[in-house]
Amino acid sequence: MIPSAGHSTSSVSAVASPSMPSATMQTSGHMNGDDRPFQGAVLTPMRWWVIMGSLSVVALLLATVCLQLGTQYIGLGNLLGVLSSALFDQPSDDTMLNTTSVILLQVRLPRVFLGFLIGVCLASVGVALQALLRNPLADPYVLGVSSGAALGVALAVLFGIGTTMLAFSLLPVCGFLGGLVALLVVYRMAASYDRLPIHSVLLAGVILNAIFSALIMFITSIMEPNRSFGMMAWLMGSLTAPAYPALAALSVYLLFGLVLLFKQVRVLNVLALGEEPARSLGVDTERAKRVIFLVSALLTGAVVSVSGMIGFIGMIIPHAVRLVIGADHRLLLPASALVGGMFLMVADTIARTFFVPSEVPVGIMTALAGGPFFVYLLVWRKDRLG
Amino acid sequence: MRRSLDLHSADPASGTLSGSDQAYELHGVYFCYGNPLARDVRWVLSDMNVQVESGEILGIVGPNGSGKTSLVKLLAKLAVPHRGALSLFGRNLADLSQAEAARTVAFVPQDSAPAFSFTVAETVLMGRYPHRRQTRWSLGFGWEDRDDCAAAAQAMATMDIGHLASRAVTDLSGGERQRTMIARALAQAPRVLLLDEPTAFLDLQHQIEICSVLRRLSDEHDLTVVIVSHDLNLASQYCDRITMLKEGSVYATGTPSEVLSVETLRTVYGCEVLIDPHPESGLPRITLPRQGMPFRV
Repeated sequence: MIPSAGHSTSSVSAVASPSMPSATMQTSGHMNGDDRPFQGAVLTPMRWWVIMGSLSVVALLLATVCLQLGTQYIGLGNLLGVLSSALFDQPSDDTMLNTTSVILLQVRLPRVFLGFLIGVCLASVGVALQALLRNPLADPYVLGVSSGAALGVALAVLFGIGTTMLAFSLLPVCGFLGGLVALLVVYRMAASYDRLPIHSVLLAGVILNAIFSALIMFITSIMEPNRSFGMMAWLMGSLTAPAYPALAALSVYLLFGLVLLFKQVRVLNVLALGEEPARSLGVDTERAKRVIFLVSALLTGAVVSVSGMIGFIGMIIPHAVRLVIGADHRLLLPASALVGGMFLMVADTIARTFFVPSEVPVGIMTALAGGPFFVYLLVWRKDRLG
Repeated sequence: MRRSLDLHSADPASGTLSGSDQAYELHGVYFCYGNPLARDVRWVLSDMNVQVESGEILGIVGPNGSGKTSLVKLLAKLAVPHRGALSLFGRNLADLSQAEAARTVAFVPQDSAPAFSFTVAETVLMGRYPHRRQTRWSLGFGWEDRDDCAAAAQAMATMDIGHLASRAVTDLSGGERQRTMIARALAQAPRVLLLDEPTAFLDLQHQIEICSVLRRLSDEHDLTVVIVSHDLNLASQYCDRITMLKEGSVYATGTPSEVLSVETLRTVYGCEVLIDPHPESGLPRITLPRQGMPFRV
């Protein structure tokens, strides 16, 4: 019979305890008599709650600011007044407040929330893909997953199968399929080498991006001019205020994907060791890969179908967050999600306020921030990519 | 032999195991990469018969491409033999789940390290993965408990990396990283430790240190160790037995004095070396021939 966990725990003490008295003393000095022998060296639930708590507070504050800003500035008092009357269903007679209420509830709130949600998804997918490919430059946009999803959506629009049924659009599904194809092709191309080298993954993404972009351009050019103009605007990556039922459907869809991803956090940690070491630790790597691929394509597909190609969030945010809070995915994934949400929320607020009366697609903003960052990583932080 | 042979029969835990004296038993094992049914199949390992005794240190040596790494991958259940029987403590390895195997066998691959800036302590704690049960609602978080931390702390003390706990693995020297990876394997609380070229990136002091630690773990705690190594001298001094591979099958197996002879090395490696008894241990010591000596094969 093979020893089970019970035997193994007994052999922990056997392997370790009596042998090195001096070293044992040393470590127990750090222990403070409780179960935290590595003060500051590992992630503890305590630290998790502190960081996630403070990030949530910051996110709320930022959301408030983003709601206030726009063509018409809304004071904090008005903002809270409208929100509370909407929440507690008190009709108000003040016409000024009613205009504000329409702007806030019909335009800004859904748009800010959508921006947050999309940022959350893109950053989470970035974290998962980086861990799976052991590549800090991985990102759905760079790898061509976004353009694969965009191609799926464009095809659906071209053939008119993107019709809405009961607030549930088929476009996310088409995006999902396109993204999945892209992801599988990239992985296949890159995995033909033994160890998934960083540059071959990127190269695969570049090639795929080129092919998909060409196909999307082709589709755009054979459409009628007014439809192709809308297509171009969508492709650049922009947010528009969605209707509440659509927003709710999208939220449920995305939340489902996020929960699946959060079930893999510890597996993501171990996968960073490499696929074989992960398997030798008892991880079913094939299953983990399938889940991560499917969820990444699911989230990217949905996001792209709503907001077009918003790039680089999945690369910048996890990288920056990792530098500050460490690499443990149990914190990295949710923290990157929150920071990604905040980032896109703020970027979209800038996109819609700074250049009034025109509005800049937010995808342009994120690409302008992300492109230079990518170059910086590639050129000056080579040591980090090894 | 330094090891007391009746060690495991006194151990109540291994008394319940059938065939407890054998950590591994390989009978007629064949393995290849690719399709084993192809007409021109090239077996990487063919007709392997290997026994690994419980609690011993077995060195696997042989020239490049002789199948050492493939053999270790079979032992770690990272690959499955295409023919033959492979058992771990009396049970067919293929019948065990990957997680069950991981609670018994730990594997340190050649030159592996996390791709991101995990701290040393976090990396060592990854070794506790197979011992952490995940519940349905824990969303995969599975926080380490006191046992996990204690095991990791012990493993770090054993490998002398306690002072590095909060350093990022990506910033370590090759030797420190290798010791971290071995500590990660020890934190797994295995009964069998498989190491692929563990001393390849280490300086002399750390080579000796790691080998002594492995010797001690094997002597005092009945840990079975299988080491793949190119360093025949290290294998001679620290292994109980040596299995020498040639072109995918076992050429010789036995104690270092039995296996390491001028004739064997001439046949297997195709080169001429000098072998004399080590002045202290009396075990074979391999010396390269004088510079400019013609190759006498």
